[in-house]
Amino acid sequence: MTEIASGPSSSRAGGRPEAIKAVPVRHYWRWVSGVIVLLIAFAAVDTVATAPQMHWQYVWQYLFGALILDGITLTLELTVAAMVIGIVLGVVLAVMRLSPNPVTSTISWFYIWFFRGTPVLVQIFFWFNLAIILPYLGVGIPFTHIGVSASTNKLITPVMAAILGLGLNEAAYMAEIVRAGIISVEHGQTEAAQALGMTRLQVTRRIVLPQAMRVILPPTGNETISMLKTTSLAFVASVPELFTRADQIASSTFEVVELLFVASIWYLFLTSILTAGQYYLERYFARGAQRELPPTPLQRFRRLLFTWHAAPPLPPDVMPSLGEHR
Amino acid sequence: MAGGAMVKAEEVHKSFGRLEVLRGINLEVQPKEVMCVIGPSGSGKSTFLRCINHLEKIDAGRLYVDGELVGYQQRGNKLYELPDREVCRKRSEIGMVFQRFNLFPHMTALQNVAEAPLHVKGESRAAAEARARKLLERVGLADKVDVYPNQLSGGQQQRVAIARALAMQPKLMLFDEPTSALDPELVGEVLDAMRGLAEDGMTMIVVTHEMGFAREVGDTLVFMDGGVIVESGTPREVLANPRHERTKLFLSKVL
Repeated sequence: MTEIASGPSSSRAGGRPEAIKAVPVRHYWRWVSGVIVLLIAFAAVDTVATAPQMHWQYVWQYLFGALILDGITLTLELTVAAMVIGIVLGVVLAVMRLSPNPVTSTISWFYIWFFRGTPVLVQIFFWFNLAIILPYLGVGIPFTHIGVSASTNKLITPVMAAILGLGLNEAAYMAEIVRAGIISVEHGQTEAAQALGMTRLQVTRRIVLPQAMRVILPPTGNETISMLKTTSLAFVASVPELFTRADQIASSTFEVVELLFVASIWYLFLTSILTAGQYYLERYFARGAQRELPPTPLQRFRRLLFTWHAAPPLPPDVMPSLGEHR
Repeated sequence: MAGGAMVKAEEVHKSFGRLEVLRGINLEVQPKEVMCVIGPSGSGKSTFLRCINHLEKIDAGRLYVDGELVGYQQRGNKLYELPDREVCRKRSEIGMVFQRFNLFPHMTALQNVAEAPLHVKGESRAAAEARARKLLERVGLADKVDVYPNQLSGGQQQRVAIARALAMQPKLMLFDEPTSALDPELVGEVLDAMRGLAEDGMTMIVVTHEMGFAREVGDTLVFMDGGVIVESGTPREVLANPRHERTKLFLSKVL
């Protein structure tokens, strides 16, 4: 009786009250619907797996075939090259677009308008066929004969055409992503940096962009995953990347669907790796923005194991290790 | 010209679109003087402060810092806009502390303080960080050197911000309502840091609502309303015997 009147202090004095043990709400329909979905999924997989003309042995045979593995190497190289061009040029374009200088911001606007407004397939094809209209490419002083030039076919190989097409197109999209990130940074940050005497470029590079990264990263990861698959368009330029290789094998063995499976398995595997990489990258750039970084899957797993029976969660042991970063 | 004054304003006007925020500000701040600026919100106090380091451009009048025009150069009868590089150089000689701290969240306290000496002045990392440590110690945060801003209280953040401004060894410090965003129990620690600064002879302009601080630390008190200076004098004079009705009305509400 007296304990009620003394309020919360009584619980501290008299120890923790007994933990609540209640019967949880049972979700019968979750179980039922889950079983139904599993059945449908099984039926679908079974249909494909046991299809009479489906030769699974070819899928396993070609999955690690030398041609396919070569194709994967090229696919990864194309992805990296195109994304590097896209990100670097995208950052430059975004900063240009936000510049008070009307010349630079107009150039950037025009670039984005053009490269975002035409299909990437057309752009790859254009670079691939550039030699038709310009057999020689060179740099020199306009209206004179001073300068150097070389055969377009030698300069723009099929791989180069694919990289140019994919990278220059990507830059237009990345520019908008970076611009969104820059705009998202509070204006007070710019003012504080300016008040310290930093130039516009220093403010952008040292203060604004690092903070914009938190907004820029998720869509950039998305773009990278998208790019990994879009590299398959390079087959119009006969670039022997993963899809082209699968297509070539298929057209000689007539195992079309089997090789589509081979390609899909690899695309799924590679995008899964990128997804995991994106998670850790985002976590790194969250420092300073969140008090406690979200746990990595491994940490979550460990915590789950150790806290199965203990009530309070483990104290965060995450920050100190990241706090030393320079 | 401006004589020995650290800041001299002559008929400074500033408008945002049709809104006239400053309507003829005249004042002088001497070296080592602490000037406190009070007034209702919207009276133009913050805008005037921001004009001093050219975060805002003035529309008319003349504004001098340490005898040099802010943002312009006079040659003959003509004014020439200063190039960005010059504006930046002059800003680097003036420290500013903001109401909302504006610490760089992706940098530790030490990195925040060492940033400008490293990248604006081009000092060596060792020298910049050594001074940053000293400054953080001076504002009582020696143990928070490697902590990110979001793990600091508001008062601690503002003290880091003061250290950050001091790292550039400014000849003038501007405070824009430095304690207005703080919980009441944290105001004291920031005011103490500012008081220490004033005792060391720093020239300071402080926009504030802390009348106690103005009375104790301020050499002069300026009351602004409607974009003009209504009244100025020693803090004791103005606070005890305001001459103008508007000053009396304002003080009756805040004291």
